[in-house]
Amino acid sequence: MRFLLVEDNRELSASVAMRLALDGHAVDAAATLAEAADCLAAASYDLILLDIMLPDGDGRAFLARHRRAEDRTPVIVMTARSAVSDRVDALDTGADDYITKPFDFAELEARCRAVLRRRGGEAQSLRSYADLVFDPFAATLTVAGESRDLRSREMRLFELFIAAPGRILSKDHLCDRLFSFSEPVSDNAIEVYVGRLRKKLAGSRTRIETVRGLGYRLTDQAGQGGGA
Amino acid sequence: MTRRRPTSLRRRLVIQLLALSAVLSALIFLAVRISADRASEETLDAVLGAAAVSLAEAMRGGDRDGGSVTVDLSPVTFSMLAAMGEERIFYRVDLDGRTVTGYGDLPLPAELPDALAPRFYTVGFRDTELRVAAVRRSLMVAGRPAPLLVLLGQTRDGQEAIAEGLANRAALVGLVVFSAAAIFSLLAAGSLLRPIGTLAEAVGRRGPRDLRPLRDQAPAELSPFVTALNGFIARLRGTLSQTETFIAEAAHHIRTPLSVMRNEAELALRETSDEPARARLRRLIRAVDEGARSAGQLLDHATVLYRAGQQEMAEIALGPLVAALVERSRPIAAMRDITLLPSLPAEPLRIRGDAVLIEAALRNLLDNAVKYSPPDSAIDIVLATLAPAGGGAGAAMAEIRIADRGRGLDGAAPQAFTIRFRRGSNVGDVPGSGLGLTIVAEAAAAMGGRFDLSPREGGGTCATFALPLPG
Repeated sequence: MRFLLVEDNRELSASVAMRLALDGHAVDAAATLAEAADCLAAASYDLILLDIMLPDGDGRAFLARHRRAEDRTPVIVMTARSAVSDRVDALDTGADDYITKPFDFAELEARCRAVLRRRGGEAQSLRSYADLVFDPFAATLTVAGESRDLRSREMRLFELFIAAPGRILSKDHLCDRLFSFSEPVSDNAIEVYVGRLRKKLAGSRTRIETVRGLGYRLTDQAGQGGGA
Repeated sequence: MTRRRPTSLRRRLVIQLLALSAVLSALIFLAVRISADRASEETLDAVLGAAAVSLAEAMRGGDRDGGSVTVDLSPVTFSMLAAMGEERIFYRVDLDGRTVTGYGDLPLPAELPDALAPRFYTVGFRDTELRVAAVRRSLMVAGRPAPLLVLLGQTRDGQEAIAEGLANRAALVGLVVFSAAAIFSLLAAGSLLRPIGTLAEAVGRRGPRDLRPLRDQAPAELSPFVTALNGFIARLRGTLSQTETFIAEAAHHIRTPLSVMRNEAELALRETSDEPARARLRRLIRAVDEGARSAGQLLDHATVLYRAGQQEMAEIALGPLVAALVERSRPIAAMRDITLLPSLPAEPLRIRGDAVLIEAALRNLLDNAVKYSPPDSAIDIVLATLAPAGGGAGAAMAEIRIADRGRGLDGAAPQAFTIRFRRGSNVGDVPGSGLGLTIVAEAAAAMGGRFDLSPREGGGTCATFALPLPG
């Protein structure tokens, strides 16, 4: 996905951009409303992340102009003020959603996904591996042509596996991505979700393997001549 | 030392007006009585005098020496004497200083009358009191004039009875005047004090958070109080507004670096596989989240206090508002596989309220429900109208019930949760500031609504946020 990040704090902007890049997204960063307008003129984006207080104006004014120009790119407002009236204002001006700084990237992802799904999710990229086809926005998985519904956590877990098929993902890494840091997590929580995901993958030639002491990986059994 | 009861303006005014009318009524009573007495005495005297004159004129002197007198009583004299009523009549006729007929011991006046102009006086005679008219004329007796003195006395028992009747009537008049004055003074006190009552009611009707200036028309005498009160209100509003701005600025300056801190920690967490370092980074992120959350709640609280004071009510369609808020909470709920199950009526349920307050309250309730719910559970959100309690008293309410399958209230009283910074005993390691439900309760109170927490059957908590529907 391609993001336009409008944020004047350089450090914050850099860390958000890097964090999104790690998840495989392309990010253009703009520090002012003028830069943002230039970016929008030059490229098209899947989503705009917009700060409210910018050196050359109010993000809400930008938002209003953006909406008047009938640009359908969804906008998520990032606000540090968090005053209730600011949030209400942002939505009234036409933001698709808002998120309060500092935010959990899992929450940002969840909100992006919800916004894109509401918007019809036109430019979404279907991902496929072996006999699996995954639509991250519709949250559907097709196993050998047969559609399966995934719950949110199963989907996020599966997204991690399908982003790097064959690579071993550690339990800790999966835990950090799947659970919020403020949530108490039991040791076997990941095993529970991996178990569920395995059930959803039943009938596929892929498998989620346990690599003892290291973690899990998604493999295509066909290549190794084995059966499920 | 005994504490004096506060004086009541109304009571003082009524008492003073009543005292004044009592004095006036007494004066009217006396005036009526005295003038009536005088009028009746004058009337009776006139009749008595006329009778005496008539009697004197009816005397004819005899021709012979020796002083014989003839009384030629005309019917007029008779009828006049008869008109004197049930009174006893005494008379004395002196001719030339000698009593010729009547009661010789009937006392003479202190001063002899001039001719036929009667002289009246009151004397005790025998065992009674008499009103006497004395007239004098000269009578030709045996060809020469001799002085004739006629005294006509009359008891006044009848007049006393009449006077008593008059006194009663005068008392009645006084009483009527007094009653009329009493009614008038009550009415006057009421109408004089009505503006004070109106003002007191306007002040009393306001909620403790209502910081709008008083706009009621006050009489000139009360306007200094209203001005002073509005001055205080304006200062309080200013202070609250400054607090809100300050907290908003502070939150901004705290949250931006916190965001950088959190992002960097998360990036570091992805880059390192050293377990002790990872544990430390997780604790750091947790602390950042908690700090950010507290800053947000403090700001929300200040906002709610300020908005509650403004009382900027507008018409709000509750149904779409609740639907939008539920939609906005879905992504967070979905992160933990929690399903939100809204059940909203078809009609929009219009109420009068402050959208910002309702948003703050419901978002806190939804956040709480999601926060304390176990993964893979469902939260019911029901919007419904509620008939007035007791079948009539009070207004109908629009009620939003948010029921989760979380850890419940742990037997604590629901009110305990709305105390600032007080959290349940069973929150475990779920982070929170202890301000969320305070915000909800304050928002409800500001709009004349109600907020309740109750244990949900089968486990969990049911939060009820109700707002009055316009009558």
